[in-house]
Formats: sequence, C-alpha cells, structure tokens
Amino acid sequence: MDVNSLAPLLVAVPLASAAVLLLLGRRSDRWGHWLGLLASTAAFVVGALLLVELLGRPADDRSIRVHLFDWISAGRFDLSAGLLVDPLSLTFVLLVTFVGSLIHLYSVAYMAHDAARRRFFAYLNLFIAAMLILVLADSYLLLFVGWEGVGLASYLLIGFWNHHTPYAVAAKKAFVANRIGDIGLLVALMLMFATFGSLDFASVSAGIDGGLASTATLTAMGLMLLLAACGKSAQFPLQSWLGDAMAGPTPVSALIHAATMVTAGVYLIVRSAPVFEGAPTAQLVVTIVGAITLVFGAIVGCAKDDIKKALAASTMSQIGYMVLAAGLGPVGYAFAIFHLVTHGFFKAGMFLGAGSVMHGMDDQTDMRRFGALRKYMVVTWVTFGLGWLAILGVPPFSGFWSKDKIIESAFVVPEGAGEWRAWLFGAVALIGAGITAFYMSRLFFMTFHGKKRWTTDAEGHEPHPHESPALMTIPMIVLAIGSVGLGFVLQLGGGFTTWLEPVTGHVEHHEPVLPVLVIQVVTLLAVAVGLVLAWRQYASLPVPETAPEGSALTRAARVDLYQDAVNDAVLVEPGQHLTRSLVYGDRTAVDGTFTGLGRLTVGIGELVRRMQTGYARQYAATMLLGLVVLAVVVLAPRI
Amino acid sequence: MTLTNYLVLSGILFSIGAATVLLRRNAIIVFMGVELMLNATNLALVTFSRLHGDLTGQVMAFFVMVVAAAEVVVGLAIIVSIFRTRKSASVDDINLLKS
Repeated sequence: MDVNSLAPLLVAVPLASAAVLLLLGRRSDRWGHWLGLLASTAAFVVGALLLVELLGRPADDRSIRVHLFDWISAGRFDLSAGLLVDPLSLTFVLLVTFVGSLIHLYSVAYMAHDAARRRFFAYLNLFIAAMLILVLADSYLLLFVGWEGVGLASYLLIGFWNHHTPYAVAAKKAFVANRIGDIGLLVALMLMFATFGSLDFASVSAGIDGGLASTATLTAMGLMLLLAACGKSAQFPLQSWLGDAMAGPTPVSALIHAATMVTAGVYLIVRSAPVFEGAPTAQLVVTIVGAITLVFGAIVGCAKDDIKKALAASTMSQIGYMVLAAGLGPVGYAFAIFHLVTHGFFKAGMFLGAGSVMHGMDDQTDMRRFGALRKYMVVTWVTFGLGWLAILGVPPFSGFWSKDKIIESAFVVPEGAGEWRAWLFGAVALIGAGITAFYMSRLFFMTFHGKKRWTTDAEGHEPHPHESPALMTIPMIVLAIGSVGLGFVLQLGGGFTTWLEPVTGHVEHHEPVLPVLVIQVVTLLAVAVGLVLAWRQYASLPVPETAPEGSALTRAARVDLYQDAVNDAVLVEPGQHLTRSLVYGDRTAVDGTFTGLGRLTVGIGELVRRMQTGYARQYAATMLLGLVVLAVVVLAPRI
Repeated sequence: MTLTNYLVLSGILFSIGAATVLLRRNAIIVFMGVELMLNATNLALVTFSRLHGDLTGQVMAFFVMVVAAAEVVVGLAIIVSIFRTRKSASVDDINLLKS
C-alpha cells in the first residue's frame, strides 16, 4: 500500500460523489443516497487502510507528507498543496468517515420522505470532503480551504429546509458568526506569512524554533487562531449560532454540529501547538475561553426544553472541555483529542436518538411533551441511555476515561504559573461535570421516563410513537457500542496518548494539586448529586407541560443568557446604525456631488441647445462671421 | 498691376458665392454658390502662383477641383435623396437635427 496514492483518494471520492449528485440533479434521485453512502464508506475504508499502514511503521516515521501539486508560486513565496498524514489527522479522518458513514446510513431512512434527499446526500458528501481537506492539509492555507468548505456545507445543511424562513435565518446567522472567526484565521495567516514567509505547518514550526517570531507576534497569532476556533467551535463569545443551527435536519446536527465540524477549532489549536507553546498568554486565554464556555453551555443546557437545543448546549459545553484541555498545553492536547473522539461517538449517538424520538413523535421537539417513551422505543431508549451514561462520565463508559483525564489535567499546575490556576480551572471543570450530569439526566428523564405528556388530539394531533426502522437503529446501536467501550479500549496501556505522541509531543507525568483518586471520587460525587437532583425533579415529580416561569437564572438561560440580546445591542444595532448613516452619507454627499455635476452639465446643454436652430443657412452665416472675425484678428496687427 | 484685378475679381466672385449660400433657399442654388466660392478660391490660388512664380498654388487649385468634383457627387446625391423623401429642395425645411 502506498500512502501517496491512497491519501488523495480520501478527499477525491466524496468530492466526486458530491459533484456527480449535484450535476446529475434529479436523474440521480433514485440511487443518489446509496452513492453518497458508498462514497463515505469508501473514504472510511481508505482511512482504515492508512491506519494499518501507519501502525506498521515505527512511531517516529508516522508523519507522511503527500505532495499533490504546486499551488502558488510567486517570487519568494512558494506553496504546494499537500496532505499531511499523521496520527492526529488520521484520528480525525477515521472519526469523520466512520461516524459520517453511520449518519449517511441513518439519513437514508430519516430523509426517506424528503423530496430533496439526493441533494441532502450531495451536501453531506461535500461536507465530508471539505472536512477531510481541513484535517489533512499540510499548510494553513489548504486548511483554510477546508475550513471554508465545511462552513459552506454547514450553511447549506442548516438551511436545508430554507422554505421555512426561521431556518434560512438560522443558516445565515451561523454563516455570519463563522465569518467573524474566519477573519481571525485570515489575520493569523497573514501574520504567519509576514513573519515566516511560509504557511505550511513544518515551516511555521521550524520558524518558531528558529526564533523568527517574538512572543508578542506569537501571542497575536495565537489569539487570532483562537478567534477562528471560537467561531467554528461555538465557543464564547461566538457561540450564539449553534443553538439556532439545530434548524437543520437531525443527522446534520449529529454529524456537523456535534461530532465533527464544531470540533475543528480544537483541531486547529492542537495543530498550532508550536504557536501556543511560545505564547503563554494566548494559552491562558484559550483555557479561560474553554472554562467560560463549559459553564455557559452547561447552564443554558439546564433550561432548554427543546431536545435538540439542549443537546446543542451540551455540545458547546463539552467542546469547552476540549478547548480548556487544549489550552493547558502538551499536558492536555492528547486528552482534548481523546475527549473529542469519545464525544463524537456518544453525542452523535444521542443526536441520532433525538432524531429517532422526533421521528416517532411526529417532529415534536419539546421535551415537556415527551415522557414515558422507554416503553415505546426500546432501542432508542437503551442506546440513548448508554450515550447518557457516557457523557456523565460514569465508569467504565467512554466519557469517564476522557473527561476525567481532562479534569485531572486541569488540576495540574502549568509550568511557570501560579497554583491558583490549577485550583480555578480544576474546580470549574469539576463543577461543570456536576451540571452536565444534571442537565443530561433532566433531558433523559423528561424524554424517556415519567408520565406521558404527549399532545392530545384536542391540541391538534396525538402521536403514536413507534421504534424507528432498522436503517436508523443500526447506526444508533453501533454508536452506543462506541459510547460504551471506545474510551476503555483506546486508553488501554495509554494507547491513544502514545499514538498521538508524534504530534502532541511526549509529556512527563505531572502530579495534580490533589491526589488523582480524590479528584475522581469528588467528580463522581458531583455527577451523582446532579443525577439525583434531576431524578427528584424530573422523574419522580410530575413535569409541567408548559414551562413554569422559573428563577431569573432559568429565564436567562432559556434565552442563552441574553447572548443574542447582547450581540444585538453591542454589534447588530450599532452596525445597522453605521450602515444606515453610511448609506445616508453616500446618498447625500457622494451621490449628491455626482448627480449635481450631471444636472449642471444638463443645464448648460439646455442653454447651448437653443443655439442649434437646424437652419443650414444660419450655420453658414455663423461660419462666415467666424471667418471674418478670424481674418480681422490675424490681419489687424499688420495694418 | 494686372494681378490685383484678378484678386479683386476673385474676391467679388467669392462674395457673390457666399451671399448666394446665405440668402437663397433652394438647395441647388446654394450648391452653385458653394461651387462659385470654390472656384473664386481657385482663381486666387492661381493668381498667387503667378505672383510668386512657383507651382504650389496651381497644384492646390487642382486639389480643390478634385475635392469639389467629389463633393458635387455626394452633395447632389444628398439633395436628390432629400427631394425624393420630403418633396422639397428648400434648405430651411431640412431642420430635423433640431428635434
């Protein structure tokens, strides 16, 4: 097997499939979804072959650059487009293609009644291709291509049902929020080009090692990269789009807005490790952003009644964990990616479960109108339950192995930093785990336990919940198996961290400020408290069908802690005022000058026009007169 | 002094031509006035050629004749065409440009 010929296939196959589906149009309606599934699965098979190839090599030989073509050659600047196959990118490739293929399979059934199913699969394939470009790129510029590609696919898929105006608006909101992050990435790219004269990962890393960049430059770069990551990964303060992005079909929420695309920011930070290593301030900001988002998402998740929005808040919060870990430096990189992988499995599984519930409940998303579904949807209940235990961090489920490691790392004092940091971030991560347990249990109990609170015929329509078809349950079962065992398998003998070591670097073991056992016990206690509180309130007590008014915090959390209001007041409205005044200035001052000039010319023309009578003899007389005057002028001085 | 007479004659002919162009309405007559002016100029050119004793003036006169011949062809064609469409040869009727 040749890595050089295999790696390009990863991107080419889904891209070709997307092109075929989009170009053939309706002619491919009958078999389009199967082609999409085939392309995604083929990419996974190629990824698996690459994994076998890489595992057969010694650890320090597992980073392979595949040259594709000379891309930009301009004087001093010479950039070739190439792929970088190394443990980190391959981890992403496998996650994206495996979870992606399962979600393709699920969508075949989920979107069966949608007339535009073929277009949906075309966009999904486009997303897979773009995401693979993003993670396989060997330079920031090619990464940027993939970055924009996934943004486009995300936009197209959120607005997939764009005949419904709020959905189209949600797509636009996601697009605009992502653009703000993209500006950060662009500025970071420009800084790198100005400092290192090159944009590929190897040169940037070598440039930093060679001392080409001052700490201030690296800090600026790091903060700009963080801005990009915030936009893509829905981190504070650019997180407001993720909740609205749930307007897209549920498989999209599972694939793009839970498992893969939103984690691209974490990938960017881990991939840019050399930059952040040289910029402790930027690293600290990364950790702070992660910590804020972690708590923010968790609080919002506690108050949401829409099952998908609650899951979205949870995604935000879990990515907060990853960003926090990535901000901790080499101690945390491997665990950030580890949590990213396990989260990709259990969160995608839960989203698919939510889709299955909606499928059975006639697209109802309000959890207050669910209840008692475990008797009607046994497979969904079990698979969702396993995902729920995983995200809670209950041993020995996947989430325990990854999240617990992040909490432990947060309790480690970073080199050259005060001990307060370990206590602060450790405590935040720990409290976050407790809140996570509360809101995820709330979601689980409200949906599957308690009494029936379904809409009645008197209210319009009574659902008849039933288990989803096999095409939908199989992916859920596979993901549930991943939620149960993946974490344990990957951490066996430190397997996953060793696998990532060529990229994240070898880390000596650091002792947390508290003994590991104490941290684990306290974390589990916090989880248990959250779970019991949720059980008491949402399973043993009846849940009101309409949301009670709630405390001030609940009301704030329901509207995303006023994030939209803040954005409106701070950015949107001043922006609109600015635009309006600029338009006014343009109309009066700029346009006024030029229309004024035009009017003046027309006026002069109007006056001059009167001289043109149309009588040829008059013109001749004028000419004669002119000649006589000329003759007089010429001759007069001589006489 | 005989040459002066030629120049005077040339001036008189030119003035008659110019007056014809300015005062008459019939396009054909106006046209004849133009021809008269051209030939008056020719006479002046030949006279000056004689005065200076070189051939430049005469050559110029030939040029004028050639151009005049071409102009007659085009001009008459235009006049005939206008007469056919507007049933009139008066230059005062041809004022379409003043919309």
